[in-house]
Amino acid sequence: MKINRLALCGNWILERFPLAKVWNEHMTHYYAPRNFNFWYFFGSLALLVLVNQFITGILLTMNYKPDAKLAFDSVEYIMREVDWGWLIRYMHSTGASAFFIVIYLHMFRGLMYGSFKQPRELVWIFGMLLFVCLMAEAFMGYLLPWGQMSYWGAQVIISLFSAIPIIGDDLSLWVRGDYVVSDATLNRFFAFHVISVPLILVMLVFLHIVALHEVGSNNPDGIDIKKYKDEQGIPLDGIPFHPYYTVKDIVGVGVFLLFFATVIFYMPEMGGYFLEHANFIPADPLKTPEHIAPVWYFTPFYAILRAIPDKFAGVIGMGGAIVVLFLLPWLDRNPVRSIRYRGGIFKKALVLLVLSFIGLGYLGTQPATPELTFFARILTVVYFGFFILMPIYTRWEKTKPLPTRVTEEHSLEEQLHTFEEHLPALLDELSEVKNTGTEIGDPAFRSSFFSRRPTAEGISHVLTRWLKKIITSLD
Amino acid sequence: MINEGVDISKRQFLTSALTVVGAVGTGYLAIPFLAQMRPSVKALAAGAPVEIDISKIEPGQLIRVAWRGKPVWILNRTPAVLEKLKTLEGDLADPNSNNSLQPEESKNSVRSIKPEIFVAVGLCTHLGCSPTFRPEIAPNDLGDKWQGGFFCPCHGSWFDLAGRVYQGVPAPTNLEIPPYRYLSDNLIIVGDITGDTKA
Repeated sequence: MKINRLALCGNWILERFPLAKVWNEHMTHYYAPRNFNFWYFFGSLALLVLVNQFITGILLTMNYKPDAKLAFDSVEYIMREVDWGWLIRYMHSTGASAFFIVIYLHMFRGLMYGSFKQPRELVWIFGMLLFVCLMAEAFMGYLLPWGQMSYWGAQVIISLFSAIPIIGDDLSLWVRGDYVVSDATLNRFFAFHVISVPLILVMLVFLHIVALHEVGSNNPDGIDIKKYKDEQGIPLDGIPFHPYYTVKDIVGVGVFLLFFATVIFYMPEMGGYFLEHANFIPADPLKTPEHIAPVWYFTPFYAILRAIPDKFAGVIGMGGAIVVLFLLPWLDRNPVRSIRYRGGIFKKALVLLVLSFIGLGYLGTQPATPELTFFARILTVVYFGFFILMPIYTRWEKTKPLPTRVTEEHSLEEQLHTFEEHLPALLDELSEVKNTGTEIGDPAFRSSFFSRRPTAEGISHVLTRWLKKIITSLD
Repeated sequence: MINEGVDISKRQFLTSALTVVGAVGTGYLAIPFLAQMRPSVKALAAGAPVEIDISKIEPGQLIRVAWRGKPVWILNRTPAVLEKLKTLEGDLADPNSNNSLQPEESKNSVRSIKPEIFVAVGLCTHLGCSPTFRPEIAPNDLGDKWQGGFFCPCHGSWFDLAGRVYQGVPAPTNLEIPPYRYLSDNLIIVGDITGDTKA
């Protein structure tokens, strides 16, 4: 009887709301390519971190005070006197960094497998808008603790607007609501951080997913799975998102939470990269800290800003570094999506892009000495070179033939098995057995001693072989 | 919808007219919404002048006071520093302060009313960090070319001890000199220039 009532109640809803339809369309009857790999965890992880930020963020607002006189102390109050306040705050602050780690990997996946290309240009554009909103959200959130880094970071970034000719000064005054970063600025940043930007983020996530589900997911082979369908019209290389990928993503969530919890409990400041040391000093409008650097996820763009020795050009360079990403679908002239079948020139260019991005990220955390500024300039050129020269070098590429169906990847088990098979031979190559010279001459137990020592020759041999392998894999 | 015998162009006109009126109305509403983010009357009023007693500043010493929430530096320059300033002009971007902000009576090579007392807004003209006061010559971290001045730790801009910017650094102009005047030999007022500057 009871079950019957429940079913009736369920039917009552289903007759009035397309719950089953939405569920089917986006979960059980959304066919994703069956060859997703490690790189496909980061979309769902980004969603998980977003939920984490929402929940911990709402809890933090219950004790935080958006007032220049009270803000710093209210954060310390949360850390010391609110039950579990430290956990909630660290979940939120670590979540911000985790968000960027996950998003950068998610974007790199898109670059690698050509997920931004026709017909997924809009998915990429919505994703880039999400990235920009996320940067705004992180930047405004960082002002709220009202520490030295909060204050001077905001001062620098708002001053970027003043570089715009004619309207610049009035614009930055309008953004701050005062002549300097002050209580008015803190109060409005709180409003943006807690209400406006999160709302926009949620809307963009919705658009990002709707656009994706309209055209279907890309895959590591970058080929269209909709060409080959069975009698029911289901792609032969597609599997339902639920339960296959929901279960797969839960594994990813498990591994992610392992890392996330380790950071929260053992290294919440991450050596000054997630929470900067100078931010434990209350904001002092009269004194800039000796060394100021933004949080790690902004440092590549910050390094570009510093590298250009002109105020307006620097701001244009920094903004341009983000704008070029929007244009990617139209800069890349090669129709082949996945890096697996692209020419060596693109692979090398992508390696250079990653190296320049990481290099700029490192330089952005360091003081601006003339030598480091010189390196930052080189890396800035490399970064922009990847994008600006793209329409040219992607035409020269010698691509490999595309498979008609998605390819199999060796499972982890198989990979481990091959590794196990090759291990003894590798050890033999890396080391040699030598007679130690000590011997026991006693005829009763006559023995010689041998020891295994690594040899420089063997190591260099193996390293050159690996290096050659890596270089040929870039062709 | 019944379209027979309907003057479509009239309907189109009404739709367009309504759209335009609606857009204008929304535009007007946007003004108060956006304008409320401008500095409030209270923030504007907070720019009151500040009086500073300069008699206690030792030669070579720099003090910081807050004016409109900004750091204002008052530096007592030694004759050696003033001598050094004359030798730097070749390395500066705007030695005569033609493109920089300062009151008329501070528009000179030492950028102050009395040569020894230097008053400036302590915010870099690049992106608003407060530069550090580094009067020493050729320290290890800044290199042999450093002749004493202000170094911005944020983006590496160099200024001399008259707040003049060096060439080839991100900052576009010299440090801003606030409006100030002498009330007596030992008392200056920052933010009020309307009185008699001769003290």
